Amino acid sequence: MTDPLVKISGLSVRYGSNTVLDHVDFRIDRGEIVTIVGPNGSGKSTLLRAVIGGISPSEGRITHAAGLRIGYVPQKLVLDPTLPMTVARFLSLPRRASAARIADALDRAGVPGLQTRQMAALSGGQFQRALLARALLDSPDLLILDEATAGLDQPGAAAFYRRIEEVRSETGCAVLMVSHDLHVVMSASDRVICLNGHVCCEGTPQVVAEAPVYRALFGEGTQGTLALYQHHHDHDHGPHAKPAEEAH
Amino acid sequence: MLDDFMTRATLAGVGTALAAAPLGCFVVWRRMAYFGDATAHAAILGVALSLAFSMPIFVGAMIVALVMAAAVTLLTGRGYAMDTLLGVMAHSALAFGLVAVSFLSGVRIDLMAYLFGDILSVSHVDLAVIWGGALLVVALVAWRWSALLTATLNPDLARAAGIEPRREQLILTLALAVVVAVAIKVVGVLLITAMLIVPAATARPFARTPEAMAAFAVALAMVAAWIGLQTSYQFDTPTGPTIVCVVAVMFAVSSIASTLRRVG
Repeated sequence: MTDPLVKISGLSVRYGSNTVLDHVDFRIDRGEIVTIVGPNGSGKSTLLRAVIGGISPSEGRITHAAGLRIGYVPQKLVLDPTLPMTVARFLSLPRRASAARIADALDRAGVPGLQTRQMAALSGGQFQRALLARALLDSPDLLILDEATAGLDQPGAAAFYRRIEEVRSETGCAVLMVSHDLHVVMSASDRVICLNGHVCCEGTPQVVAEAPVYRALFGEGTQGTLALYQHHHDHDHGPHAKPAEEAH
Repeated sequence: MLDDFMTRATLAGVGTALAAAPLGCFVVWRRMAYFGDATAHAAILGVALSLAFSMPIFVGAMIVALVMAAAVTLLTGRGYAMDTLLGVMAHSALAFGLVAVSFLSGVRIDLMAYLFGDILSVSHVDLAVIWGGALLVVALVAWRWSALLTATLNPDLARAAGIEPRREQLILTLALAVVVAVAIKVVGVLLITAMLIVPAATARPFARTPEAMAAFAVALAMVAAWIGLQTSYQFDTPTGPTIVCVVAVMFAVSSIASTLRRVG
C-alpha cells in the first residue's frame, strides 16, 4: 500500500464550547474518489478545510504526502462586483499560467473558449466550470470540491460529476468532495464517509446506503435520495452501529 | 526646480495619488473603506503625540495608524460587528487626538492643516517622505499583487494555493498606515479615504482586469491632483478638499457614462 495523500488521525475541532469535529480519522489515497455526506452543521466543510490546511486542530494530526498539490473548488465564490476579472486572469491567480495551459484547463473542465469573458457575466454552471478549470491548472494530485454544484440544477450537477469522473480517469488525481446531491455523488464515489461531528459510517456507496446509521440520518428512501431534507439532526447511536468497512 | 512651491505641491499630490490609488482598489474590493477611515482618523492622535514629543509628524502618525489597525484586527469577531467596532474606534481616536492637540501649549498648531491637508507648504523633506512612502507602498503591493488578489477572492482558495490570507491582510494594513502617514500633508486625515476609494471606484466601469483598474485609478488620481491644485490656486480654495472635489466629479461622470453605456 502506498502512502496516503492525506492522513488525519484523531482530529477534533472546537470553536469555543462548540465541538464541530470529534476524534475524526480520515485518509485518502491516490486516484480515489471519496465523498463526505452528512446533515447541515455536521462538520463537512470544516473537515475539508482541515485537509487543505486552513484550520488549526484542537487535537489530532493532519499529514500531507510530500509535495502534495491540491486543487480546490470552493463551495461558493462571491466575486465582489467592484472587482473586474476575466476568466483567463482568474486562471492565472496566483501563478501566471500560459495561454496554452489555460485553454487546456478550460477544455478539460468542459468550457472551452471562455477566456475573455468576465467572471461576473458567467452562468452558474459556467462559473463552477471556471472554478474547476482553475483547480485543474496545476495538475493536482488531489481535487477538493466543497458542494461545488450547490447552485446547479439536477442535470447540471450530474453533468458536472460526470466531468469529475472523466478528469479522474484522465489524470489519475484523487477527488474529495462534499455534496448534497447524494444519489449522483454516491454512484460516482469509490468510498463514502457519513459524517455527523464524528464518522458515523464509512465504506462503498452500497455499504453506506444500507447502514442503519446512514438510514437514521437520511431516511429509508432508496439510496436516501428523497429523504435528504427531512432527516433528523439529533440522533443517538453508539459505536456498536459502526459497520465502517476498512478502507482498501 | 524644487524651489517653486507649486512644483513641490504638484509632486506631493502626484506622489500621494501613486500610493493611494492601487491600495484603494483593494480597499474597494475588500470593502475596507471604513477601516481606512478608522486608520486615518487615528492619525490625528499621532500628530498630537509627534508634536508633544517633537518627533516628525510622519513617524507619530504612522505608529498610531499601525496601532489602530492592529487593535481593529485583534478586536474583530469578539462580539461587535465590524462597522460598529470601527465606528467606535475611528471617532474615539479622532476625539482623543483633538483633545490631545488642545493640551499642547506653546506650540501654535494649525489644526486645519492636519485635518484637511496643507499641500502648499510641503517642504523638501516632506516631499522626500511622500515619495519614499509612495514607492514603498507601490513596491509592496506590486510584490504581493497575485497573493493579495487571491486572498481577496476567497481565503480558502488562497490557503489551497499555499497563501496565508492573514499575512496578506497584514501587508495591506501596513501599506494603509504608510499611505495615511504620507497623505496627511496633502489631503489631511479627514479626506484620505476619499483619495483611496474614489479613484478606484471611478476606474471600475472601464476596466476588464484588476491590473487595468489599478493603473486607471492611478492615472485618474494623478490628473485629479494636478487639476485640483491648479483650480485651488486659481480660485483660492483649500487645496486638499479641491482635489477631492475633482475626483468626486470624475466619479459622477464615470457613473453616468457607464449607466448610459449599459442602457444605450
